[in-house]
Amino acid sequence: MSTDHLLRSQAPISDAGWELLDQEAIGRLTVALGARKLIDFSGPHGWDYSATNLGRTEGLAQAPVAGVRAHRRRVLPLTEVRAPFSISRAELADNDRGAADVDLDSLDVAALEIATAENMAVFHGWTAAGISGIAESSPHPPVPRVPDFNDYPKRVAKAVATLRQSGISGPYGLALGPDDYTSVMETTEHGGYPLFDHVRKILGEGPVVWAPGVSGAVVVSLRGGDFLFESGQDLSLGYHHHDAETVHLYLEESFSFRVATPEAAIALAGE
Amino acid sequence: MGFDQYHEPAEELSARTRTFARMCANLTEEAEAIGWYEQRISLEADEDSRAIMNDSLGEEYKHFCMDLEFLLRATPLWRQTARGILFQEGDIVANGEASEAAAGSGQSPEPPGSAQGSVPDSSLRIGSLRGGDL
Repeated sequence: MSTDHLLRSQAPISDAGWELLDQEAIGRLTVALGARKLIDFSGPHGWDYSATNLGRTEGLAQAPVAGVRAHRRRVLPLTEVRAPFSISRAELADNDRGAADVDLDSLDVAALEIATAENMAVFHGWTAAGISGIAESSPHPPVPRVPDFNDYPKRVAKAVATLRQSGISGPYGLALGPDDYTSVMETTEHGGYPLFDHVRKILGEGPVVWAPGVSGAVVVSLRGGDFLFESGQDLSLGYHHHDAETVHLYLEESFSFRVATPEAAIALAGE
Repeated sequence: MGFDQYHEPAEELSARTRTFARMCANLTEEAEAIGWYEQRISLEADEDSRAIMNDSLGEEYKHFCMDLEFLLRATPLWRQTARGILFQEGDIVANGEASEAAAGSGQSPEPPGSAQGSVPDSSLRIGSLRGGDL
């Protein structure tokens, strides 16, 4: 087991316990990490990777010697995100005995929280972290919301048409916030045709993903090179401390995100 | 559609293990393709045809290396063993034996001054989910 900053080897958790926690976290995260199903992913570059190269500079007004000019490189710092949770030591002991119904609710909540934070940063930005989101960066006005969900395919078609008219090629993908996702999955059009299937056809069979944290929905081009996620440390489970009853752990990652082509996405307005 | 890359019942395997098996199958197929191109090129008399096949062979080299890097990132002990063998001078078998022993003991198999740059990864190795399930 590693002895890096996650300190997993210091936790009173057996190998079987770590396997349980890792698999539960992977299962929960891969469902909720909607943004990663649509954008470019680079890395992981390691915990000690601190900034993304933007390839740009800013001039410095002063220099040590009058005859020289100076420019400072601009970078986008990575942001560390951590979601703490706690697991009962009794539950972990039961897992070692072969229990199949171990209570991992706290881990499940943390996984959803950190996935939601990642999705929100990517799609709606995170000012304090210096991250501009896809929806906010888009120059296209959001497709207005309509009360009847049977009109959803028309909204998606309008979004795809807007991207095409801007010279943005497909395939296209659709990130749906939880409310829109539920409605799209549950709605059937006149004649019983599932709305979900209709939406996928409009997207050119592109993915339709559940993205907690997204308000409304966002259509993005999947051609690549437009939306750049850089991972320092990919999502990891780490150990904080423990007492007689409970082990305190956390989910953690570091990342940056930047939009290279703002016009390659368009939002569908939420509530 | 065949699922020959699974040696065990697929439904009993984790998603991570299934991905690992797929990438192992990819690696095998790329190695086979490299061998086939070598044979064809060695017999082909037409210059244009040879040029095209050489270009294709370059693609297979790239694919093989990407597959291998994925698998090494996913398998720290394999990666550690590979470091003592790949791009090293000297006897390949001797390097292999030494690297295997060093990796198993937890020591670094890297010769002094060898290239750095790999990142120890104790993450959940989720990475990109492009092309995954909806």
